[in-house]
Formats: sequence, C-alpha cells, structure tokens
Amino acid sequence: MNNKLNTKNSYSIFSIIKGGFNKNSILDISISNKTPKKQYDVIVIGGGGHGMATAYYLAKNHGITNIAVVEKGLIGRGNTGRNTQVVRSNYLWTESSLLYEHSLKLWNNLSQDINFNVMYTKRGVFSLAHSYQEARDVARRVTANKLNGIDSIYLTPKEIKDYIPIINISPKVRYPIFGASLQKRGGTVHHDAVAWGLARRLNQIGVDILQNCEVKNLIIKNNIVNGIETNKGDIFASKIAVAVAGSSTRFAEMGKFKLPIESHPLQAWVSEPIKPILNPVIMSNAVHAYVSQAEKGELVIGAGIDKYIGYSQRGSFSVIENATSAIIELFPSFSKVKLLRTWAGLVDVSPDACPIIDLTPVKNLYINCGWGTGGFKATPGSGYVFAHTVANNEPHVLNEPFSFTRFESGKLIDEHGAAGVAH
Amino acid sequence: MLLIKCIFCGERDETEFHYGGELRDKRPLNPNDLSDKEWAEFLYSKRNVNGIHIEQWFHSGGCRQWFNIERNTFTNEITNTFNLKKQKITREKD
Repeated sequence: MNNKLNTKNSYSIFSIIKGGFNKNSILDISISNKTPKKQYDVIVIGGGGHGMATAYYLAKNHGITNIAVVEKGLIGRGNTGRNTQVVRSNYLWTESSLLYEHSLKLWNNLSQDINFNVMYTKRGVFSLAHSYQEARDVARRVTANKLNGIDSIYLTPKEIKDYIPIINISPKVRYPIFGASLQKRGGTVHHDAVAWGLARRLNQIGVDILQNCEVKNLIIKNNIVNGIETNKGDIFASKIAVAVAGSSTRFAEMGKFKLPIESHPLQAWVSEPIKPILNPVIMSNAVHAYVSQAEKGELVIGAGIDKYIGYSQRGSFSVIENATSAIIELFPSFSKVKLLRTWAGLVDVSPDACPIIDLTPVKNLYINCGWGTGGFKATPGSGYVFAHTVANNEPHVLNEPFSFTRFESGKLIDEHGAAGVAH
Repeated sequence: MLLIKCIFCGERDETEFHYGGELRDKRPLNPNDLSDKEWAEFLYSKRNVNGIHIEQWFHSGGCRQWFNIERNTFTNEITNTFNLKKQKITREKD
C-alpha cells in the first residue's frame, strides 16, 4: 500500500482531502530497506539532519543523485530527534553569523522545498543578560548582528516584561534581568519533521538510505579513500562525506588524522503538557539554561554540556538541577510543573565552539563536525555548504573560515565567549 | 552523577570537582622548534576515547588537589584513581 501512495504524491490540501476520502494515510514516511549497490558517486556517512541535508543539496544543487546515506542506527533516533529545536542566527562573529543566517533563510523555504511541513515557527528568541557586563556584551552582539544584516533588537527589562508577562524581572533574585536581545525571526523547527521530511524527499530523489548499516572501516589506498567496509559488505564510492557528530574521532582514526573534537553529553528535559503560556524561546547564557514551549504544550528545557567527556548518552543530575532552578526563578509560575522525562545526546565540541567543515588530509574524504551544542539550527545551511565542498572539492565561501587549518594559523572563531554558549 | 573518590578526602559528589580534561602529553620542551602543525596538535588534538580514559580532576570544593582517575567514558565506571606524587602514569605515544 505504501508504494502506491509513495513517491509521486506530494502534499497539498487536495491530496489530504483525497486521502481522507480514500481512507488512506498520505503521510508516507516509510524508508525502504534497500540493499546497497556496489558503487556510488558519493557516500554520506551519518543519517542525521546534516548528513541527509548534504545528500539533498548534492542532488538539488549539484545534480548528483547516485548517493548512499549510511546510518548506523535508524533515521531520527540520533541527535536530530534529541535536540530542543531552537533556530536562530544572532551570533557575534561575522563568520558564524553568515553561516547560521544562510541556514535560517533556507529554513524559511524548506517546507516548500522538500514538500513536508517542518513547522518553522518564528516565535522569537530572547537571550537574557544578568549583569551590567553581560548587558553590554548583548548590546554589542545586537549591533554586530545589525551590521551583518540580521534582525536583532535590544530590550530593557520592562520591554521584556511587556513581551513575556510571566517573566520575573525583580532585581532581588540570584540572576536579575538587565536586558535581552531578541531575534524575531528566530524560533523553533519541529526536529522529527526535519528527519522524516528529508528522508522522504531523499527517497523520492532516489538516494539510498541504508539503515542499520555500521561502518567498520574506511578503504584507503595511497591516501585516497574509495570505499567503506560495513556490516552489509564493502561499498565503493568516488567521494565520502562524514557527518557523524559525536563519532567523528572514530573516523579520523580510520583516516589516520587527528581532530580537536571532544564528545560530551548534552541534556534536555520536558515537562508535562500545559496550556499555552510561553510563546518565545528564552535563553540565558549566564545560567546555561533555555526554555520554550512545544506545540503539544510541554516546556522544553535545555542546559549546557556536562563537563566531562562521555559517550553514554546520559548526563549528571546536577546539570538538570542547576538549569531548572534558574528557570524557576525566571518563571516562578513553572514551579509546580512536573518533569516528564530527561535525556542526553552526544555532541562533538571543538575548542572554539565552531564547526569544522573541510576536506581532510585523505583525498576524497570530507568531514563536517564540531557543531557542539548548536548543530540543529544549522541543518540546511550545513548540508548546503558541505554539499558544495564535496561536489567541488573546495569549500564554499561560507565555510572557508571553518577549516582544519584555523587551529594551526590561530584564526579561531571564538564563539565560546561570545554568543554560542547555550543553544 | 559521578561519585568520585578523591585520594585524600574519599568519595564525594561530582559537583565538588572540576574536570581537567584528558591526561595530556608532556608539554614539548622545545616549542620554538615545532612547526605550527605540531604545536596545534599538542594544543588542540584530543584522543576523545570511547572506553577507558585517564583524565585529570581537581577537588576544587575540597582539598584542592589534582589527581587522575581512570574512567570508562561509555559506562561512567571509575576503575582506578592515581596519586600524582606517588605514581607516574605515562601515556603511550600513538
């Protein structure tokens, strides 16, 4: 039945009505279980948002459709389905703000592009300042954003209170509010929809999504990669693009080069669903916490990374406690809300909290990693520039600064101290 | 939450400690002779081990001493604790 409805049906009001009369679900997001071909033009390792977006833009912008996306687990079970859905582009440094802004513009039309509603909601993103110094830093970032053509405004505590009536702006708290930046085009995108929408589109294009296909090794001869060894046999390709987040170091080892990446647990948690009470996304760098309300009504709360490296996809309770207590001080009305569940993802953090999107020392091997805690918002932009890098064997102008060599030249993009702490 | 056994104070909550990263290679004695690539490798490259990991912790909320522990980064099990003064741990060069 799935096949009948499968690829040619695109979503529209008419197809939904027709599907309703036919008692068929048109929501076909089945990913067929394909057996791998022997040879592809490009293999993308990693079936997360970034990997699938890379395959999508390779097809869309560069005309390459003989692609396999290789995923160790199942689509939508990794970090793409574990993040807190926030998208924004108000970064301090020009290099990162341009990259994230490009991504935000792509989010704007992504639902039309892939014919799947990813529910981009421009609910606004607030970044709070809790001291005089932080207020100055936020004001500086707002100015930098404006110079880069990104919408950003500075708000006083009273203006914040007008916008969010339930927020506590009392000066007599541990973290008083001194001001905030607001990016109105920032907001949320439904992460599961991104995973399923991209997978469905790739299926239509004819890209092979190989699930439960674990890469054991790279096949490298004379420093040129030409395939991968997997649990489903050897698969060959002219180019191999790696977008595996927390597992990046493993692939660097296979290619015998070194990465400045560390994998940390990053936690998030949700409350029981409550009636709509909080429209925008509220972030606070000083307390390492952020909160938004999902469409279903849960409060989604996130924190910074756990300090130690870890592959367990579990974090420490103290992180949850710290962030939640700060959120409750900001929103006293949340104090009686119960938490439903917590979870952790595995994030790849680089020394300057900025990604590495570049060629590698191995010929025909490309890597996209180091997104740390802020990768989800960049999904389409990352795929766009990475596809360009793979197709042309040289970086796109937007990801040129995000090279390997920046650690040798010292030209780091220091978002750690600027804007990129909480996401 | 990790329960870390400080070699001086005994078992304490992770929140009393500061994580100091993986046990590093010795700082090169001749930084001026290194190429930018070698120096960047010393400064930034990480082993990022999935499994047994030797790392540095600082008991900032207690005795304020540094020590090393051996922890499995996948299971979070702490298998060994080292006193820096008494034991010399050398990481094999890769």
